[in-house]
Amino acid sequence: MANYKDIINSCREKRGGIIEAFHALQAEYNYIPQDALVEAARVFGVSEAQAYGVATFYSYLSVENRGKYIIRMCESAPCHVAGADAVIRAIENYLDIKVGETTADGKFTIELCECIGQCQATPVITINSQPVFNVTPEKVPEILDACK
Amino acid sequence: MAEELRVLLQYADQINPESADDYVKVGGYKGLEKARSMDRKALIDEVKKSGLRGRGGAGFNAGMKWSFVPQDAPIKYVVCNLDEGEPGTYKDRIICEKNAQALLEGMAICGTAISSKQGYIYCRGEYPFVVELLKNAIKSAKASGALGDFDIEVRMGAGAYVCGEETALIESIEGHRGEPRFKPPFPGVEGLWAAPTVVNNVETFACLPNILANGAEWFAGIGATRYPGTKIVTLTGDIENATYFEVPTNVTLRDVIFTLGGGVKNGKKFKAVQVGGTSGAFIPEQNLDTQIDFDSMGSIGAALGSGAVFVLDETRDIVDVVTRISKFFEHESCGKCNPCREGTFRLREIMEKVNAGRGTTQDMDNLLLLSKVMQKAALCGLGQAAPIPIESTIKHFRYEYLRKI
Ligand SMILES: Cc1cc2nc3c(=O)[nH]c(=O)nc-3n(C[C@H](O)[C@H](O)[C@H](O)COP(=O)(O)O)c2cc1C
Ligand code: FES
Repeated sequence: MANYKDIINSCREKRGGIIEAFHALQAEYNYIPQDALVEAARVFGVSEAQAYGVATFYSYLSVENRGKYIIRMCESAPCHVAGADAVIRAIENYLDIKVGETTADGKFTIELCECIGQCQATPVITINSQPVFNVTPEKVPEILDACK
Repeated sequence: MAEELRVLLQYADQINPESADDYVKVGGYKGLEKARSMDRKALIDEVKKSGLRGRGGAGFNAGMKWSFVPQDAPIKYVVCNLDEGEPGTYKDRIICEKNAQALLEGMAICGTAISSKQGYIYCRGEYPFVVELLKNAIKSAKASGALGDFDIEVRMGAGAYVCGEETALIESIEGHRGEPRFKPPFPGVEGLWAAPTVVNNVETFACLPNILANGAEWFAGIGATRYPGTKIVTLTGDIENATYFEVPTNVTLRDVIFTLGGGVKNGKKFKAVQVGGTSGAFIPEQNLDTQIDFDSMGSIGAALGSGAVFVLDETRDIVDVVTRISKFFEHESCGKCNPCREGTFRLREIMEKVNAGRGTTQDMDNLLLLSKVMQKAALCGLGQAAPIPIESTIKHFRYEYLRKI
């Protein structure tokens, strides 16, 4: 596993690149660990409060630990009318957790999101940013079982 | 009979979007060559004359925007808005996936016009694969020498709709919370790192190579006179062909939905269409014979916006859909200005009450009053547009609200 200092350093040449650093950290850890946030603030010359303010502004960034697989359900109007509510209920039931929670084994986190720009195949979910198309409640077990 | 007119997407799926060589084989980078041979003022005049207007929503004349950039500033930036946050929209992704080099060429043409050496593409966090594609496309273009000394860097957003607003986008590239700035100063004068900055949408940039290669008059002759060219529309909701089309801007909404789109799904009847994304107005059947261009849409109280076309069939509960939309705006409000922060909260609260069957006609009056206040007092387009779906449905589909009250 890459060291968070190396990850942050790889972005330091980018002016204003703290968000790029946060993305790189999340690619490794799935969230931004506290120590890494403090280090990023130092490297990019902003206060910890400012860095925290940035990290918590964006819905794709998280300062709390999340599961190995982050399942996001698009709730925007086109997915909504295509049956997003039923899909999210099926995911919650199958994993036995609610939106915003992580399974006890640390494998899955469920989040809601807005349109991810794949509206040709609604309803859409993403698994670690990879879109899955035309999801139905019936397909949910198979889709989640494929996450090893 | 409406037909597609493919200009930006002419070579879709026939060339590798990452490859500059492929693009050059089909005539790519000719526009940039032409631009470089022109005097800067003549270049800006040519773009002005083509009538190209912004495809990101505001419809501002592109050449005009460039002409505001002060010539004596030592550093200037070209920024491409690939935030594409408007629900129901994916045309900028399609342009990148089919013709990424045209975007790079368009940015370099803008760079030539305002004498900028550095471009940024701000790509939404939902498209990590597009970020990769663009990085490869830039590499290929640099290696081929096509871009000359013009550099382009890709930055990734992180799931905030408001970052599509140009000054919030600039804040985000600078590494800050994506909160809009007060205008003026406009980005053309004081933008990224306080330097003059042109922000244009992906589709706007992608139009430029052909404008330069074929001439302003050629472009001005396509589609609607006052908003010429083609527009890529994305069809969603209860529509047979839920896909994208590139059409001349004088095509009617009815043709988009019933000819290209194949009509309402499963043979049901049409109820409403929301054009321009989730911040657009809902349009009833009687207005469908309107052209999709910016001004025609404006004349029926709607907006072309991003070109999203969201169709609802006769069975859909409009109040429920609009309640869902009101949650979107509450969630996406950045909280900087009071009319939007409190306004989107109250709109959602009242909509939920009405949707649950607990509303009164007083609630509808309050929604309309609050709509007016937000349209006048919100800092940016987010808060100004948030009440439009509500206001337009109370206007055109009042009976749907009354049924729930
Ligand atoms: C809340 C909000 C979201 C916006 N989102 C986008 C977007 O995703 N893409 C875009 O090109 N323009 C978006 N805009 C419009 C931009 O502020 C700006 O007008 C546009 O990028 C200018 O480019 P153009 O002149 O080429 O259209 C948004 C505006 C607002 C107020
Ligand atoms: S509305 Fe769900 S992907 Fe666009």
